[in-house]
Amino acid sequence: MHATSASWFTPATRMGLSIAIATGLYGISFGALSIAAGLDLWQTVALSALMFTGGSQFAFIGVISGGGAASAAFSAASLLGIRNAVYGMQIKQALRPLGRHVPWMAQVTIDESTAVSLGQSDLAEKRRGFFTAGVGVYVLWNLFTLVGALLGERMGDPAAWGLDGAAVAAFIGLLWPRLKSVEPVMIAIAAAILTALAVPVTAPGLPILVTAACAAIYAVATGRRTPAATEHGDLESIEEDQP
Amino acid sequence: MSELSWWILGACLTAYAIKLCGYFVPRKVLDSPTMSHVAATLTIALLASLVTVNAFTSGQELVIDARIGALAAAIIALAFKAPYLVVVVVGALAAIVLRASGLAA
Repeated sequence: MHATSASWFTPATRMGLSIAIATGLYGISFGALSIAAGLDLWQTVALSALMFTGGSQFAFIGVISGGGAASAAFSAASLLGIRNAVYGMQIKQALRPLGRHVPWMAQVTIDESTAVSLGQSDLAEKRRGFFTAGVGVYVLWNLFTLVGALLGERMGDPAAWGLDGAAVAAFIGLLWPRLKSVEPVMIAIAAAILTALAVPVTAPGLPILVTAACAAIYAVATGRRTPAATEHGDLESIEEDQP
Repeated sequence: MSELSWWILGACLTAYAIKLCGYFVPRKVLDSPTMSHVAATLTIALLASLVTVNAFTSGQELVIDARIGALAAAIIALAFKAPYLVVVVVGALAAIVLRASGLAA
């Protein structure tokens, strides 16, 4: 690492800021939809500040607006949040955080921060990616939740601004660099098909968990025969080749 | 506080507790090669799953709309080694253009 004044502005921070803006703006739709579902301003703000996991938040207000019980909303949101435990495990393994950092890191352990972090090749970049995406999404998500809640439905559908397309591009952009050999491509295709098959027959959010469970079973079954399909794995094998 | 507010508070605490759980798996377990392989496979599978959910679903329905155009445009941008922010902007623009031209919902 070069100790220049701009050394913090790396590919990881750029990626983190990009996804923070793309994801944070979605907070407008959450805020507006939450008010429309019948939650008040403070309940809406609390969900973004305290729950802070978009899928669970949307699931919660989705159940409420569909006339579901608060207990059903609680269950849907909690089930959807389970994948964050998987992310926490991965972040702990990749970043080796100090114990005193765990309380705030756990709160910003979400899809975006995990994906940006694990997409980097060295430890410093993984940390910068996690911090930028995690804190960036947190700040912008909460800010735009408030904006969305205040404006209510008048702000309209973010789809009109192409933000749903931006989210799709953001996720494929994170997946793409990992598809370097046949095995990861096959895993990605299998995961996509499995998710599509699970969508119509399971509650929203569960297809991701079903896919994660199948991937974990497959990985344990195939064991150590193949190197880790990550940039980190590549770097390790390069180091092993050196005299 | 209303009953709904209590459920919201409970759901928020549960969400945080679940996040914390991931950090309390023993380090010894995480250091194994099998765990690394599982983590790498999980990452790819989860990202592919998130792409699918974001591009092709609306609630519990599979749908084809402007987002598939956004996905295609993003893949083309990635194939040309575009920077990440450009890929994201291309995805948004593709969705806007497809909807404005009436080619997709």
